[in-house]
Amino acid sequence: MNNHSIVGHNLRKVDGAKLVTGGAAFTDDIQIPGMLYGKILPSPHAHARIRRIDTTRARALPGVHAVLTYRDVPRVPHTTAGQAWPEPSPYDTYLLDCKVRFVGDRVAAVAAETRTIAERAVNLIEVEYEVLPAVLDIEQAMAPGAPVIHDEEDSTKIYDRERNIAGYILREIGNVDEGFREADCIIEREFRTQRQQHAMLEPHVTICWLDPDGRLVIRSSTQVPYHCRRQVAMILQLPVSRVHVIKPRIGGGFGGKQEMLLEDICGALTLAARRPVKIEYTREEEFYMARSRHPQILRMKMGAKRDGTVVASQLTVLATTGAYGSHSTTVQGNTGSKVMPLYRTSNMRFECHVVYTNAPVAGAFRGYGCPQGFFAQETVVDEIAAELGIDPLEFHHRNVIRLGDIDRLSAQLGEGREGLPRVIRSCGLPQCMERAAEAIGWNRKRAARPRNSGPKRRGVGMACTMQGSGIAGIDWASAFLKMNEDGSFYLQVGASDVGGGADTVLSQIAAETLGVGLDKIVITSGDTDITPFDVGAYASSTTIISGGAVKKAAEKVRAQVLQAASKLLEAPVESLDCANNEIFTTTEPRRSIAMADLALHAMYKEKFQIMDGASHFNTDSPPPFCATFAEVEVDTETGQVQVLHLATAVDPGTAINPMLAEGQVEGAVTQGLGYALTEELVLDSAGRPVNPNFLDYKIFSAKDMPKLTTTLVQTDEPLGPFGAKSISEVPINGPAPAIANAIFHAVGVRIRKLPIRPEDVLRELRAAKPLPVEEVAVC
Amino acid sequence: MKTMQLHLTVNGKARSWTIAPGALLLDVLRREGYFGVKRGCETGECGACAVLVDGRVINSCLMFAAQAEGREIVTIEGIAQDGRLDPLQEAFLDQGAVQCGFCTGGMIVSARALLDRNPDPTEDQVREALSGHLCRCTGYKKPVEAVLAAASVTRASRLRVAPKKEAAR
Repeated sequence: MNNHSIVGHNLRKVDGAKLVTGGAAFTDDIQIPGMLYGKILPSPHAHARIRRIDTTRARALPGVHAVLTYRDVPRVPHTTAGQAWPEPSPYDTYLLDCKVRFVGDRVAAVAAETRTIAERAVNLIEVEYEVLPAVLDIEQAMAPGAPVIHDEEDSTKIYDRERNIAGYILREIGNVDEGFREADCIIEREFRTQRQQHAMLEPHVTICWLDPDGRLVIRSSTQVPYHCRRQVAMILQLPVSRVHVIKPRIGGGFGGKQEMLLEDICGALTLAARRPVKIEYTREEEFYMARSRHPQILRMKMGAKRDGTVVASQLTVLATTGAYGSHSTTVQGNTGSKVMPLYRTSNMRFECHVVYTNAPVAGAFRGYGCPQGFFAQETVVDEIAAELGIDPLEFHHRNVIRLGDIDRLSAQLGEGREGLPRVIRSCGLPQCMERAAEAIGWNRKRAARPRNSGPKRRGVGMACTMQGSGIAGIDWASAFLKMNEDGSFYLQVGASDVGGGADTVLSQIAAETLGVGLDKIVITSGDTDITPFDVGAYASSTTIISGGAVKKAAEKVRAQVLQAASKLLEAPVESLDCANNEIFTTTEPRRSIAMADLALHAMYKEKFQIMDGASHFNTDSPPPFCATFAEVEVDTETGQVQVLHLATAVDPGTAINPMLAEGQVEGAVTQGLGYALTEELVLDSAGRPVNPNFLDYKIFSAKDMPKLTTTLVQTDEPLGPFGAKSISEVPINGPAPAIANAIFHAVGVRIRKLPIRPEDVLRELRAAKPLPVEEVAVC
Repeated sequence: MKTMQLHLTVNGKARSWTIAPGALLLDVLRREGYFGVKRGCETGECGACAVLVDGRVINSCLMFAAQAEGREIVTIEGIAQDGRLDPLQEAFLDQGAVQCGFCTGGMIVSARALLDRNPDPTEDQVREALSGHLCRCTGYKKPVEAVLAAASVTRASRLRVAPKKEAAR
């Protein structure tokens, strides 16, 4: 039972009012006098060396103020991945280079007085390319004789540049070979996943200017202001203290903005032109010049005893990071470490090659390697259960990780290095399965298919998934609070609300701890001049890590408040509490003082600013758990799959704001639905994007949606503020396998490639045996 | 560069702006400070730039500003009346229908047009009306619920004032 007055309540977003009234809140919602428009010349070739580049005509165009090529900028190898220093991603990227490695790679950049002039200017840059053989096929990238994509000598942290291997991972716990010898049933299957794009509604946009002190100000749609500041300073060779990053409201990120993407080039143009510069990706550019989800080929092998006990699992992955290794080993590490330990077997082996190809660059994307892994694992689990004649729900109940278990694979496989073991201190997964099964009508629908004749067949399928809550031992955050004379508090956090409601959740944590209303918290987030450090919004870390920092800071400030009140109320601190904007004695006679009166007294009588800050990190990453159940209808004449209902139940620990938590689930499920059925950035044989627009890259609209049922199964996580874990990523993992398993239940074919296209379903149906028909014909 | 004069009404106020003949309504509105009109694709596919033109929902990235001559434009900035939020805006906040907020303005503008012509829409009609607005955050469930809730609040408030009107007659 919730005995909090702020935490656990469905309160309005603290930034909501300006968002529903069209307030100027986003990066591009400002006009700066003299602002120039930046434009990047993208490579038309998948792999080429720039032999000659002549910018004379572009520079001569009236209105052009800066033209930059690789000759004009410092050559500093770096990664664009917005990760904690030292980043585990290879340093294989340059602000501008004499070589281009994918269609859309930067060739040059200009800044001009209008967008039209900037567009004309980039087209006036004359480039002579030596076109090199390109490798686009993930399976050809490591082959002998394949073109070497990173043949430059100054890149670092590449696993094997001669073979285009950005990263390699091999981890084993227990003994997989022995485990498989104990198995009565072994299933080994290959899966293929596609290049999915974030398609956040606000494309990447950055505006830079020099402030009156000559410091570089970067106003940007970023999830990682602090990493961005550090990276830009390094690339532009400025002291960190000369860079100021501001994160306004962000129009969605989903990992796509966990990347230093435009800030470096926009900053370089600003320094060159000595004028403010804006660069904004068009929607088309966003599709192939930003980031995407790593395509993978996965080979999943799992063995179980006749009673359904899983005895060994092995996952072998070949993934491509595209032309640059942003998030390459860390995303793929998650494919093993966050996926395989869902099952309790002590024998696990994970091996992965991450290869370069001359394709658009992959990066962080909600789920971070897990959607691929769970698609493979949960489909294989469904196959084993079918093979053994065990209901998949029952199979999961017997095998999934439990309260008190220790996940030892995570100890082997951390953020690009050794990790820390995970101890399961809260687990609502069994209840998640029960609740979602009930919502979909599992028992009834598994027992008898409601429509088993005619061209349209229905079926139900399920999947269980988990994720993390922050990166253990790496993610950390800080928060600062100061009291105002009206009893309100400024809360300053480096955390980066990208739309999910972090500012609201963090304000709720502060308000609850301080015993004040939510309207008494004024939050500023993600401004490197004002707010203290935070790694940023990724890895499902904000509520648990940044929230942990806020809670600590609020507890320290609360102690100061009580100390000051103790004098005024002439009562010992231990007898005081605060709630409803006042401090009061918990013992009779009841005496109290309003928070506002106390603040006024502290400031003008005591001459003391009530304020404090705190830092926080965890050495463990408690997993949120999720059960996803799908009901589908398959048209056996067209192969069309219609999802009728997706029921999702999630254990996020405590939901600080259940309404916002549900919103995270529904959004993640919808992205997972697109991943399952419609979304793929397609490249032609030359590496050019075929469908970089919303007509040809299909994301679900309001009209296309199935019924969504969302259930929160709340638990109490000892490591989280007020028992919270996380929620934003885990629900994206389930739809693809749950839908694939439901298709099998409906029509008896297995689809192991995403997205599940009608033609693939039809092909499998034709290759399969004729469909069973009901014994009694329907007249 | 050639320019021309554009006369139109925006959110109830008469405006006269100097524009380039080829300028898009989206760009001119944003230039004039209507930042609630968002640039999401510039090809009429996402709906973030939707405004009402004489009561009809239009993607302002697909319309020349010059075509708005003499027309009445309503942007998201004009939905709240006299500093009071529209029932749709209240409902979007109460139902958790706003996440990043980038698509929200367009959605609310479209929903306002829907409720103006159909105060009692079915869920399917709401989904149809919102289908031109891509949202990557919410999965549409809460926005649809918010529009239905706002419709119900609006109908209830009309019922309350209706008897007075009857009496006046």
